[in-house]
Amino acid sequence: MEQFLLSLIAGIFIGGAAGYLGTLMLSKKMALVAGPLGHLTLPGIALALIYGFDISLGAFPFVILGIILIWLFEMKTKLPMEALTAVVFASGVAIAFLFLPIEQAETALVGDISKISFLDTLITCILCLFLFLLIKKIYFKITLINISEDLAKSEGIEVKKYNLLYLFSIAIIVALGVKVVGGLLTAALVAIPAATARNLSKNLLQFSLGGIFLGVLSSFLGILIFKTTGFPAGPLIIIVSTFFFLISLIFKKI
Amino acid sequence: MSENLILKVENLNVRLENEEIIKGLSFEVKEGDVLTILGPNGAGKTVLLKTLLGILPYQGEIKWQKKVKIGYVPQRLPFIKDTPMSVEEFFELKEASKKGIKETLNSVGFEESFLNKNIGELSSGQFQRILVAWALINNPDVLLFDEPTTGIDIGGEETIYTLLTKLKEKRNLTILLVTHDLSVVFKFSNFVICLNKCPICQGIPKEVLSLETLHKLYGEEVKFYEHHKH
Repeated sequence: MEQFLLSLIAGIFIGGAAGYLGTLMLSKKMALVAGPLGHLTLPGIALALIYGFDISLGAFPFVILGIILIWLFEMKTKLPMEALTAVVFASGVAIAFLFLPIEQAETALVGDISKISFLDTLITCILCLFLFLLIKKIYFKITLINISEDLAKSEGIEVKKYNLLYLFSIAIIVALGVKVVGGLLTAALVAIPAATARNLSKNLLQFSLGGIFLGVLSSFLGILIFKTTGFPAGPLIIIVSTFFFLISLIFKKI
Repeated sequence: MSENLILKVENLNVRLENEEIIKGLSFEVKEGDVLTILGPNGAGKTVLLKTLLGILPYQGEIKWQKKVKIGYVPQRLPFIKDTPMSVEEFFELKEASKKGIKETLNSVGFEESFLNKNIGELSSGQFQRILVAWALINNPDVLLFDEPTTGIDIGGEETIYTLLTKLKEKRNLTILLVTHDLSVVFKFSNFVICLNKCPICQGIPKEVLSLETLHKLYGEEVKFYEHHKH
């Protein structure tokens, strides 16, 4: 029972933070960036599984690598973001499968939060709270930058600094997210609650709160269904989330 | 800088991605001036505004009066509809007091209840007025305005120019305005800079805007007439 509670708490915190950040990423048309980043973490996850250390810890350096790649791509080339997505998506998976033990492939690909330790849960919750405060701090500034970089600059906002903090937030959420939903599904963890909230909201407050709420609710229900059915929690969370998205389409104001 | 001078630009050169956009431009703006920047598309008008705002790199000298506050009204904000947002939230992106927001909203002719409207629901005229109000919050001394859409009805019989005239009087504003509409230059401004990468002419509109300079600015096919309806 206690183990289940730990999974539930960690899942809810990560889901909420991912949903919140997702709303910012969706406005910036970057929701899918978590996809290639998640895939790129797979070699790190594989290492963590082989040597028995924390998955997020293994994932983190690879997310940072991915973010540097994105940054370089934006600065140095005129190639569209999809190109990077294609390169990174595939290479992450390819490299991971060179040495990923096949019996642990499921954990790496779709996550496994069922065996999370108390310490791990505690650290996760603290990181999520930190992330939540960080996102809250940059939310308006990034929103203005999303609307118009020129306008933001004319207001004296240091665009580079805020973009860096924003990318850093993405790095943390991806590293945490792989614990719950694995390298394959992290994009969905941030993108779907935000998309659902977008469909249902009229203003920024509803949108951001909606992202948090739907992220929390999806994780909560997903992990609950995992408890009763025994199917892996990661995919269940995403399926619940997708279900809410489909419902939101009915209510979407045209 | 002499006392009532609010901006002095000397030998300004702007190169972006190895293309010369503005070349050898010098001009001065006095407090209370309404300066129009006239020129064809691609002449570097918007680039000039952004350079004056300090957004773009440049060579030469741009000297603003000390502690000057600048408000910027961009041409359009195509990405704003990607984020669901109320008018009030749009204002909250700028650190402003509730009172300041309400006052400014009133000064462009909106009721307080307008704050709850969704940005996406606004007509283009209403949105332009909101952009002006956004720039006016925190009481700037100078307003940089990029190509207000002419002819759109912003409510009642008012055009953006009658509104700007009113605001200028009330708030003691200096205005720099990008346009390619000649009637705006004549009716509204006391100083014009004609720009087509190189400065073509500058001075009092009635004195410097001859058919000859306009030909130089726009090419031979231009006909010289003032719009009467707006």
